[in-house]
Amino acid sequence: MRIHPRYVQYGAVAILSGGTLLTLAVLVFIVVFVLEKGLPVLSLDFLLSSPQDMGRAGGIFPTLIGTIALPLLAILIATPLGIGTSIYLTEYTRENRVTRVIRFGTDCLAGIPSIIFGLFGFIFFVTILGMGWSILSGGLTLAFMILPTIIRTSEEAIKAVPKSYRDVSFSLGATRWQTVKRVILPNALPGILTGVMLGIGRSIGETAAVIFTAGSSLRLPTSIFDSTRTMAVHFYILAREGISNENAYGTAAALIIAVLLVNLTAYWLMHWFIAKRS
Amino acid sequence: MSSAPLSPDGPGRNRFEISKLDLFYGDFQALKSVEMSVRDRMITALIGPSGCGKSTLLRCLNRMNDLIHGTRIQGKVLLDGQDIYHASTDVTNLRKRVGMVFQRPNPFPLSLYNNVVYGLRVAGVHSRKELDEIVERSLRAAWLWDVVSDRLDHSALELPLDQQQRLCVARLLAVQPEVILMDEPCSALDPIATMKIEELMLELKKEYTIIIVTHNMQQAARVSDFTGYMLLGEMIEFGGTKDIFTRPSNKLTDDYITGKYG
Repeated sequence: MRIHPRYVQYGAVAILSGGTLLTLAVLVFIVVFVLEKGLPVLSLDFLLSSPQDMGRAGGIFPTLIGTIALPLLAILIATPLGIGTSIYLTEYTRENRVTRVIRFGTDCLAGIPSIIFGLFGFIFFVTILGMGWSILSGGLTLAFMILPTIIRTSEEAIKAVPKSYRDVSFSLGATRWQTVKRVILPNALPGILTGVMLGIGRSIGETAAVIFTAGSSLRLPTSIFDSTRTMAVHFYILAREGISNENAYGTAAALIIAVLLVNLTAYWLMHWFIAKRS
Repeated sequence: MSSAPLSPDGPGRNRFEISKLDLFYGDFQALKSVEMSVRDRMITALIGPSGCGKSTLLRCLNRMNDLIHGTRIQGKVLLDGQDIYHASTDVTNLRKRVGMVFQRPNPFPLSLYNNVVYGLRVAGVHSRKELDEIVERSLRAAWLWDVVSDRLDHSALELPLDQQQRLCVARLLAVQPEVILMDEPCSALDPIATMKIEELMLELKKEYTIIIVTHNMQQAARVSDFTGYMLLGEMIEFGGTKDIFTRPSNKLTDDYITGKYG
């Protein structure tokens, strides 16, 4: 028996909208659950005071610094490297075996579990290069972890810039680099920013790769050679060791709000940039 | 214009001299031993059915084909006696001398002003006063100044298509080219906008050498001094436009312009 296309259509709408609603509901549930438990603990004092007794009491100030320092360092290293690589792959090489291998490698790298990156960082940066558990080791490890994301999103953004822009630029006597700098990068920037923001988001929430490379010191770091603890790691330790569920949720709430702020900033930046150009 | 029929062998200076030009895309031969000369401050039209190689020939003249992977070229393309495919040619400089207007209007998503000054900034001109002057001069030459002078800071994408195309002409004139290549510049425009571009071409002819690729035979007949008819990569016939359209010497040309083919 053939079902009338109209009913199939109703069915499709029901399934698709149902799926969307379910996704949204899960997201809202998680955020509300964490905020409900964490917000009562969260205060300016909680954010800005030092932890006491392993985090059982006091605040989370050092981990706030760690959460800013590690992703910042990672992004400062990974962004220029990632954008540079994607420019090279799209504008300076022809599509051939080598670029396909590089691209395949990048995709594989993006799929590697973060704990493997942590292990690599521990062996390479912490031990072999002797950087110890430090913001530097952690930042470098995170940079390698988010590099594939930035390369791939930048590449897609650069490829999406119309070919006619390149043609015009060349036809007006511009060199390839001038074309990249003046036409391609400005037009690809919103897409590139998206990749960078994804990278920040991923590195803020990372635990496995960070514990192995930046350690979990609760002291306030004074340089990039000091060990530090990020909010995500702090949450993990508080919850796992059963130190303080209350403070664990407080930290989680702070983390969620931080990620939200990063995304809002990215969103706002992108719109500001698009508005400014057109 | 003089009443004597124009011929490629007649008086006047040739800018381009093209001889025995072959072009291959990989294994495909897109141009076959093309011979053509381009007279200074005249309009030369290239006509022929789709895929005949006229756009390819045009893009040889400012080496835009270099950007396509797998392109190979044999033969000579002389600009003022200099082989533009010689190893010593500065390609960016060549492209400043031989500018291009494309099929679809393609302004950058920038303000009108920043569109016009693009080629200048790339060439290292940064003096605001100088840029302002050139913007006005170029927009006037493209008959756009009176229409847009009060909104130079608006996005170029807000303009109607024919004005976008004239903006592209202005952007090109700003770098002061000697030769202007036009690749079906009116194919995206309606008849009235087309007419404006044609009038503009006749005006520009006073100072620039123009080569236009067109699908539109009436257009070639209306604006050009010389016409070349191409078919399957070969230059079937090249001569004064009047001659080509009134008494073509080749049967194939006759078939095409009388509509039996193409």
